[in-house]
Amino acid sequence: MIRDITIGQYYPADSAIHKLDPRVKLFATLLYIVALFCFKGIAGLVIITLFLLGAIKLSKVPFSFMVKGLKSIVILVLFTSLFNLLFTPGDVVLWKYGVFQISDTGITNAVLMTIRLIYLILGTSLMTLTTTPNQLTDGLEKSLSFLNKIHVPVHAIAMMMSIALRFIPILIEETDKIMKAQMARGADFEHGNLIQKAKNMIPLLIPLFVSAFRRADDLAMAMEARCYNGGSGRTKMKPLTYTKQDGIAYLIMFLFFAMVIVARIFVPFPQ
Amino acid sequence: MSIILDKINYCYSPDTAYQIQALKDINLTIDDGEFIGIIGHTGSGKSTLIQHLNGLLKATSGHIYVNGQDIYDEDYDMRDLRNHVGMVFQYPDHQLFETTNFEDVCFGPKNQGLDRQTVELRAYEALRSVKFPEDLYYQPPFDLSGGQKRRVAIAGVLAMKPQVLILDEPTAGLDPAGRDEILDLIANMHKELGITVILVSHSMEDVAKYVDRIIVMNQGSVMYDGVPKEVFHHYQELEEVGLAAPQVTYLMHELRSQGLEVDLDATTVEEAAESIVKALK
Repeated sequence: MIRDITIGQYYPADSAIHKLDPRVKLFATLLYIVALFCFKGIAGLVIITLFLLGAIKLSKVPFSFMVKGLKSIVILVLFTSLFNLLFTPGDVVLWKYGVFQISDTGITNAVLMTIRLIYLILGTSLMTLTTTPNQLTDGLEKSLSFLNKIHVPVHAIAMMMSIALRFIPILIEETDKIMKAQMARGADFEHGNLIQKAKNMIPLLIPLFVSAFRRADDLAMAMEARCYNGGSGRTKMKPLTYTKQDGIAYLIMFLFFAMVIVARIFVPFPQ
Repeated sequence: MSIILDKINYCYSPDTAYQIQALKDINLTIDDGEFIGIIGHTGSGKSTLIQHLNGLLKATSGHIYVNGQDIYDEDYDMRDLRNHVGMVFQYPDHQLFETTNFEDVCFGPKNQGLDRQTVELRAYEALRSVKFPEDLYYQPPFDLSGGQKRRVAIAGVLAMKPQVLILDEPTAGLDPAGRDEILDLIANMHKELGITVILVSHSMEDVAKYVDRIIVMNQGSVMYDGVPKEVFHHYQELEEVGLAAPQVTYLMHELRSQGLEVDLDATTVEEAAESIVKALK
């Protein structure tokens, strides 16, 4: 039940994408998102689609596993496309009722927005599926280390992020156990109206909070006992270094981005 | 209340990279009033197994019959099953949430839909039967010691008057004195209330002294199932799977190999002492 959340979960596999440096993947994701929101015309869409499918294929993550992650955003996608469809004014109005209207621009906007959102989730979850949280925060810390110069505590932020990410599965598992313990005592988490449901959550939330605070306390103590005192002078067990594959990946990314831009300039239709 | 497990299989996260076959073709019959110990190494499937007995986990394949009724039938009332099969989890912290210990024990019977008076009576009886100190009844459960927390947790399930009581490692994290107290308490409840008790543990020592039947789990299958004496005959095989027979068993085998005619079936210190005295006479 609660374990079915796949969005952002790491999927272990032995693939070229898994082996890439996290910095490459972060940058690639950024470039991909920019490309996704500035492409125009069918040519750009085809390039992005092929690129995304190629990357998924290369990552060896089963496609069904990725699609499962999409389930959680179905409502968001439905809402945005519906709003785009009904409220966008355009040159050719096909249907009108009060404030609602369907126009040609509305239809294109709705279709584009749906595609963009789905691709956005697929692309970003490809990154989280192929990168462990630790790698991810390492990559972030290193990529953003220039901010240290203007006194942004990059290390502290990265550490907080990695701890938060690390504890998500633990807390999910704990929630599962608490739920079972209370269900064994006849608790009901499924039935009743909204207020009753909220009330029924109390036996779940209190033990969860108590244990989260205790865990935080224990962790802080354990870190202090091992002389943790922030980022300065701290070395890494696996320092990030670029390899040839990473260079190639950068090259591919720039080529991909250039192609999308070229497609935007020369084949900007339809829309 | 008899429970029959027929070819139970259970698989965690099927069809993903995290797939684990936790139970393989488990067949078991649990009769009224038995006192059973389920023993196994970490990850042997013992916790998974017991969660099937009150329907918290649904088997990937196989059937469970409680009093002759298949609990996976569409119209079977799972909540009713949980009223009869009580389960105390390993960590009491996972279930204590109320402002006072007494209120926390009331949670179970309240969910059974009983009126306030009966609920309080049951909670009072349950706390009494676990010998919980009376001056702590109206204190918050979060400040208690590990042993006392466990008592409240057990009382919280007892107050529902289950016919089968399952305890998942009730002695984990307790000191030897606390461990003996809790185990004595459980043995007493079995005797006085006449309920079926299933005790999950990884310590043979704990279990040998109390239970009538031991089920040894290994890698998701039942390895041995029988009275303690029988099971401990296989002490060498038990060792191979990371378990150990009670120390007494080793001592008796050692004495026998030195030529002393002692009883190899002794499982408790008292029995062993008696047998040694007899052999020396």
